[in-house]
Amino acid sequence: MSQTFLLDGVAVPFQAGQSVLQAALAADRYIPHLCYHPEFRPHGSCKLCTATVQGRLVASCTTPAAADLVVHSDTEELRALRRTLVQMLFAEGNHFCPSCEKSGSCQLQALGSDLGVTTAGFRHYFPDRPVDASHPDAWIDFNRCVLCELCVRASAAVDGKDVFAFSGRGLSKRLIVNSPSGKLADSLFAVSDKAMHVCPVGAILPKRVGFAVPIGERRYDQHPISEQALADAPRAAGEPDV
Amino acid sequence: MPLNTKTDARLQSALRQWGAHDHRLLQVLRAVQTPAGYLSAEVLAAVADSLSVPLAQVRGVASFYSFLSTEPVGDFRVQFSDSITDRMDGSAALLDKLCRLLWAEPGHVAGDGLVSVATTSCTGLCDQGPAMLVNGRAIGRLNHARIERISELILARIPVDRWPAELFEIVDIVRRRDLLLKCELEPGAALTVARRLSPAELIGVIARAGLRGRGGAGFPSASKWAACAAAPGPERYIVCNADEGEPGTFKDRLLLSQHADLIVEGMTLAGYAVGASHGLLYLRAEYLFLRDGLEQTLARRRQAGLLGATAAIPFDVELHVGAGSYVCGEETALLESLEGRRGIPRNRPPYPVTHGYRDRPTVVDNVETFCAAALVLLAGAEAFRKRGTAQSQGTKLLSVAGDSPARGIYEFPFGVTVRQVLQAAGAEDAIAVQVGGPSGTCISVDEFDRQISFEDLPTGGAFTIFGPTRDIFEVARSYAHFFAHESCGFCTPCRVGTSLLARVVDKIHAGYGTRHELAELEQLIAVLGKGSHCGLGHSAGNPIRDTLLRFMPAYERRLASADFAPAFNLDAALAPARRMTGRDDPAAHLGEGS
Amino acid sequence: MSEPNPPRVRLATTSLAGCFGCHMSFLDIDEKLFPLLERVEFDRSPLTDIKNCGPCDVGLIEGGVCNAENVHVLREFRANCKVLIALGACAITGGLPAQRNHLDLGLCLQEVYLTEPSLARGGIPNDPELPLPLDKVYPLHEIVHIDYFIPGCPPSAEAIWKVLSDLLAGHTPYLAEPLIRYD
Repeated sequence: MSQTFLLDGVAVPFQAGQSVLQAALAADRYIPHLCYHPEFRPHGSCKLCTATVQGRLVASCTTPAAADLVVHSDTEELRALRRTLVQMLFAEGNHFCPSCEKSGSCQLQALGSDLGVTTAGFRHYFPDRPVDASHPDAWIDFNRCVLCELCVRASAAVDGKDVFAFSGRGLSKRLIVNSPSGKLADSLFAVSDKAMHVCPVGAILPKRVGFAVPIGERRYDQHPISEQALADAPRAAGEPDV
Repeated sequence: MPLNTKTDARLQSALRQWGAHDHRLLQVLRAVQTPAGYLSAEVLAAVADSLSVPLAQVRGVASFYSFLSTEPVGDFRVQFSDSITDRMDGSAALLDKLCRLLWAEPGHVAGDGLVSVATTSCTGLCDQGPAMLVNGRAIGRLNHARIERISELILARIPVDRWPAELFEIVDIVRRRDLLLKCELEPGAALTVARRLSPAELIGVIARAGLRGRGGAGFPSASKWAACAAAPGPERYIVCNADEGEPGTFKDRLLLSQHADLIVEGMTLAGYAVGASHGLLYLRAEYLFLRDGLEQTLARRRQAGLLGATAAIPFDVELHVGAGSYVCGEETALLESLEGRRGIPRNRPPYPVTHGYRDRPTVVDNVETFCAAALVLLAGAEAFRKRGTAQSQGTKLLSVAGDSPARGIYEFPFGVTVRQVLQAAGAEDAIAVQVGGPSGTCISVDEFDRQISFEDLPTGGAFTIFGPTRDIFEVARSYAHFFAHESCGFCTPCRVGTSLLARVVDKIHAGYGTRHELAELEQLIAVLGKGSHCGLGHSAGNPIRDTLLRFMPAYERRLASADFAPAFNLDAALAPARRMTGRDDPAAHLGEGS
Repeated sequence: MSEPNPPRVRLATTSLAGCFGCHMSFLDIDEKLFPLLERVEFDRSPLTDIKNCGPCDVGLIEGGVCNAENVHVLREFRANCKVLIALGACAITGGLPAQRNHLDLGLCLQEVYLTEPSLARGGIPNDPELPLPLDKVYPLHEIVHIDYFIPGCPPSAEAIWKVLSDLLAGHTPYLAEPLIRYD
C-alpha cells in the first residue's frame, strides 16, 4: 500500500523520490507548470507550479512528496500568482503569436489561455536579441526564449553535447550557444538532438517546416494544456490511475 | 589565436595555484583577469580548454559576476559605490566631476583606453563614503580634493600601486564595545577549551549559549552543527560567509581586519564539532584589501600549530575571493560560487548540512557567528546568554551609517531599541531607519521603541539612518534598482519582477505615476514575496512595501492627477519622426492630455 | 420590476494600427447582430462613418498605437467611453506592427524613402496631413487605461460576443479557454 498526501483535499499516492508535481500528474491531477518536463530532473525556475505545501508557498516540482503533506494548488491566490507569472513572461520577451510557427503548440500560450490571461498587463520590454539562423536545419529566436533551461538540460544530459548555457544575470540573462563564434552552426547541435524537441515555446525551431499543422489540429487546439499535460504524464507501471 | 606570453604566464600560475579543475573556474578567471584587464575571447577559450569546461559555461560564469569583464575596460577601472549612503554623501556630484576631469562618460572607456568610470553596488564603506574602487582597490572619504588628486594620478598614468597610501586608508571606527569586541583573544585559547570537550559536548555548549546565526535568519547554530555532524559523508566542510553585500553593512569588514583570529578560531571549533578538516572563507571582492591580512593570519596560525593538517585540531582554511554578486551572500548561491559556477541559489532540500560544498555535509555560517562561537567558548555559555533577550542571546554588531554624526560599529546586546541606538549615534531627529538593509525593514518614528532581536527586528547588521531632509521615496527607488541589478535571473518572479518594480518606481519618479502604478507595485510585491526562489526575491519588495505603508505621502506627492499616464513623454516619442521629416507644425506634436 | 425598454447601450469602435480583421470578426457574430442591434446603438465606428466619438458606454478598439493620429483617437475614446476594450492582438501587444520596435525609426524611414530604389523619389513624406509615426508601436494599455482585453488575431466572433453580451447583461466580462486565443 502506497503512502499519500492531500492535494486540494484529495489523497494522492506517491512513490519515493517523486516530487509533489510528479506524483500529482501521475495521479491524473494537474498542477500548471512550464519548465518541468517529465524526462528531466525538475529545477523549479518558472514557478508556475507554485503550491502551498504545509502552509508555505513552494515550487511543487522540486518539493519531495511526503506522507500526509497538505498541498493546495487550485486556489484563487495561486491562480492569480500564475496569471501574473505568465504575464511577466509575455512582457519580457517578444511573443507575437500570430507570426510564430509554434502557435497552437506552445506551452506558454496554452498556459495563458488556460489560466485566463488576456493581456501582459505590464509594459512590454520589446527586447532586441538577434536571431540565430546560422544552422542549416534549425534556428533560434532568442526573443521567444522563456529561460526554462530545458534545452540546456537536454543537451547536457541526453545529447552529451553541452550546446547551451546561460550568460548574464537578472533581466540580462540569455541563452547562449557553445561554440567559438557563439553561433549554432559552429556548435555540435543537430536536429536529431533531444535539445531540438524540448523547447516549450517557439525559440528553437526546425527550418522549412513552419505552419505544417492546420489550425484546429495543433497540439492545444483540441484540448487545453491542463488535459494534454495529464495525457502526457508518465504513469508508473502497475500504479493504478487515481 | 594563442595567448600572449604574459597572459599565458598568468593562466599557468593560476592553474598551479588552484589546479585545473572545473570547480576552480571562478578563482582561475579571477586570477587571470588583471586588475585593469578583461577576459578576452582568447583567454576564455584557453581557460575552457585548460579546465575542460564548455566554453559557453565559461562565458556564462564570466558574465554573471560584476567584477569580471568580457569587454575591454580602462587601464584605470573606476567603480563608484552606488549605495544610498554614498548618494547621500554626494557621490553623484563627485562622479560627474571625475568624469568631467577625465573627459569620460559613465559606463564607457575613455581616453584611448586610459580610464573607465562606472558604478557598482555598495562597497561596504558606508561609514566613510562616498567610496570607490580603482582597479579593485577601495578608496573612501571621497571629496572634491580627493577626486582632483585621483584624476591627476590617472591623467599622469601613475600605476595604482604607486598612489599615495593615505588614499587607500580604511578606518574602522568602533563606537561601542560589548562582549565580543572587548574580547581579547590569545590565539588558540578557545581551541584549548574546546579540546577538553568532545565534539558533542562542544555542540552542547553552543546550544546552551543559545547561539543563533548572525546573518539575519537566526537559525540555531548548534542544530546546524549537529545536523552536519550527523550527516553521512567521507568529508565535511566549514564555510565562512564573508560576502557582506547587504547595502549599509560593514561590520564584517571590522571583524575580518581586526579580529581575524577570532573568526578562524570559530571556524576551527566548528570543524572540530562536526568532524571537518577543510574550511573555506568566501571574501567579497569589494574587500580584496583585506586578503593579504587574512592570508597572514592563516600563515601565522599554521606556524603556531593552530591550523593545518598537523595541528592539534587538524583543520585548514582556504581563502576564496568573490567577483561581485550580492546573491552569493545566500548560502547555497555562495556554495555554487565556491564551486566555480554562476551564483544561482540551489533548491532545498537537500540542505547544505547534508549536501553542501561539492555535495558534502557543510556548515555555512556568517563571519560574526563564528566569532560569537569562539566567544562562547572563551566567556562561557552562561556569560554569553546573560546578554540579550529570551530568544536572542548575546550581542549584535550594528553598522551605523547614514545621517549620524557618529557613524561606525556599535556592539549592543540584543534587545536594544532603535531609539537607544539612535541616541548613541546622535541621530534622534531621524525620520526613518532601514534595519537590516534593503532586505530588512524600514521603520518610521512611531516604531523607534522596537527592539533589535530575532523576535522583533532581525538584522544582519545594517542600521541606516535617514534624517529629516531625506526623501524616502528616493531611498526605496535606489533599493529597487539594487535588487534588479543583483537578481540572478533564475526564477521568473524575481528576474522580471525586480526589473518591473524598478521601472514602475522610475515612472513615478518621472512624474507619470498614478494610482494605477501604486496598485501595480502592490501586485509585484505580492508576486515577489510568494513566488521567488530565494531570499533575494522574497525581500526585494520590502523597501517599497515598507515605505508605501509608512511614507505614502512621499509617493502621493509625485502622482499625476490623471487616472493613468504613459510611462514616457508621447511628444518625445514623435521626435525621431520630426527629425527625419523636418516637420514642426502643430500636428507634429502631442500634448500631455487629450 | 424590469423596465420595459432599457435605454440602448451606446457603442463606439475604431481601428488604429490594425487591419480591420477584428472588425470583420465582430461582424462574424452573424445572426447575433440582430439582438445586439436591439440593445445597442453605434456611435463613431467604421459601420456608421461618424467621425468623432461622443459620450458612449463602451468603446472597442482594434490595433496598436503607431502614430500621433492613433494617440488622438485613443484619447478621444478614453475620454468618452465609460468602458474601453482592447480588441485583438495588435491592441493588446502591439502585434505585427510592433515587430518594427527593435528597429530605429529614423533608419527605417531612411531605408524606405531614401535608399530603397523603388520609393527613393520624393524623400521622406512631410505633408502635415500625414500623422507622424511614433518611435515605437505601443499596446493600448501603455497609453491609456484599458478596462478589458479580448485577445486573438482576430478574436473569434464567439469571444467578442461573450464579452459584449456579458456587459449587456451586467456581468463582469469573463473569457476562458477555449475563447482565449492569441492567434
